[in-house]
Amino acid sequence: MTLRHAFLSLLTAASLAVTPAAFAQSRDHFSVCWSIYAGWMPWGYADTQGIVDKWAHKYGIDIDVVQVNDYIESVNQYTAGNVDGCAMTNMDALTLPAASGVDSTALIVNDYSDGNDGVVLKGSDDLADIKGRKVNLVQFSVSHYLLARALESVGLSERDIETVNTTDADIVSIFPHDDVQAVVTWNPQLSAIEQLDDAHLVYSSHQIPREILDLMVVNTDTLKANPDFGRALVGAWYEVMQKMAAGDEAALSQMAEAAGTDLAGYRHQLAATHLYTDPVEAASLLRGQALLETMRRVAEFSFKHGLLGEMAPNPGFVGIQNPSGVFGSADNIKLRFDPTYTEAYAASQK
Amino acid sequence: MKRLINIRPSRGGRWLLGALPFALLGLVYLGLSRARLAANPNERLLPAPTTMLETFHQLATEASVRTGTIPLWGDTLASLERLGLGVAISALIGLTIGLLTGGLPLLRAKLSPLVTVLSLVPPMAILPVLFIAFGTGEMAKVALIVIGVTPFLIRDLQSHALRLPDEQLIKAQTLGANSWQVLLRVLLPQLTPRLLASTRLALGSAWLFLIAAEAIAAQDGLGYRIFLVRRYLAMDVILPYVAWITLLAFLLDRALALVSQRAFPWYHAEEGDAS
Repeated sequence: MTLRHAFLSLLTAASLAVTPAAFAQSRDHFSVCWSIYAGWMPWGYADTQGIVDKWAHKYGIDIDVVQVNDYIESVNQYTAGNVDGCAMTNMDALTLPAASGVDSTALIVNDYSDGNDGVVLKGSDDLADIKGRKVNLVQFSVSHYLLARALESVGLSERDIETVNTTDADIVSIFPHDDVQAVVTWNPQLSAIEQLDDAHLVYSSHQIPREILDLMVVNTDTLKANPDFGRALVGAWYEVMQKMAAGDEAALSQMAEAAGTDLAGYRHQLAATHLYTDPVEAASLLRGQALLETMRRVAEFSFKHGLLGEMAPNPGFVGIQNPSGVFGSADNIKLRFDPTYTEAYAASQK
Repeated sequence: MKRLINIRPSRGGRWLLGALPFALLGLVYLGLSRARLAANPNERLLPAPTTMLETFHQLATEASVRTGTIPLWGDTLASLERLGLGVAISALIGLTIGLLTGGLPLLRAKLSPLVTVLSLVPPMAILPVLFIAFGTGEMAKVALIVIGVTPFLIRDLQSHALRLPDEQLIKAQTLGANSWQVLLRVLLPQLTPRLLASTRLALGSAWLFLIAAEAIAAQDGLGYRIFLVRRYLAMDVILPYVAWITLLAFLLDRALALVSQRAFPWYHAEEGDAS
């Protein structure tokens, strides 16, 4: 762990020597990163099967797909400018790169969490019993957002509980101890905890569909100067999606192995993940008014917890744009949802 | 003969030469920070020194809305309490067991192999076991420090006890001392300053274990704060906190050195260097 961190810090330090102004120009070499998660395994498959290379060569460019072991570390690599794109959630896209002033575009919506994130209580199957308990979770993550939504649903607020910051790597091993009365986490840890004694899943992202989104986010300036980079990524992604929709067992088995589980286990994870295998459906989400409404919620939660930075005077400090309109300040738009690449791909397939 | 090895800087020159690397590091940081901020004013990776000072000032003066405590002092107090408790327990166990195994061959035969094996277990590797045994509260954090530091202290004190001249033990027995008196009047006074010296060395690992424990599950503490804002690349919080931890570690080290010099001047008499 420390070695990897040391290495990544070195990478970050090395990147500091590169002037950030060198982004917005046309290039022919790009890199994107991703980390292990049910909805992102297709990126790994597209890389090892040469599908990304095939699409990149079609447009005469190169795209490196890099797997990073630690999710937050991968997002930090993108924010620091070491890679041109990264797989992340909608909330993290807003609070990490966009709030740090890195103008970012959500090019592809991979999936939404449909039960992959959940609240687990000990000794009760009633969410209202969470009142007055300590809750172990990764503070300020998607789990924290889910907890806020869960509390809202039973008329409680964050003042009624105490949060304990806990790393996702250790949350399963601390659950059995008497100190721990409630946890919020995501898969695969969530499935592991559900199988332990006295664990009751009382709320999950299944109750808030299309709110916790997984996206491929790319640097806006890079995309503007190199639309082929966007086209190649979209093409490669939906080629794998066709295999997923057809239930290609060979492809699914490979993804399962890369995720450290077996075919049955991976199918179980996918059951709680709504993959957007249809580009038309994905584009209508990216285009719609409902997405702006979701982002308003996310922005308000993030502002309340000071995640938009010290400078932010209100939840709309970081402008968020999609074809239906803009949420927040129109003169500081740092997060854009762009359905045009997905739509162009869908049109080309007809 | 003017040889390189014989050229010594004057007193003032030593200060200047010592400050030079710090000044260079500072200049390199300022240059890099300025270049990145010019490209993106919201950059969080290399904040300007003024931003760091402002953030640090906020952390040290403004009470948090959620908990009502001032973050910096709350964190410092929580961490020092855990560190102090952990190191004190380790020192006590280390001195007791080191003294007994160093003084009594019968005990040494029983305990020494066990201590040696235990000291080789990497404490970070048995973290999940610790959580199940001690929970996620204060107990687990203090236990991690104790488990990490104690075996080192025991081994160091035992070997020091064995290095004391046999003549001392024989002379004490000739004067009619029993085992108990030899332990308390010959070994203990000579092991105590050694304990302080080893504790100073062990503080480095104690800090490491403390920060690691706070990173995994905590509601307050210096390590907790750093790992909380790590998600946000909030270097304006992390860098001043690292500097603050370094300062605390330095002050603790000096305090122990001072206590040792005041209380056991004879122990330092043979050291040429007054460290």
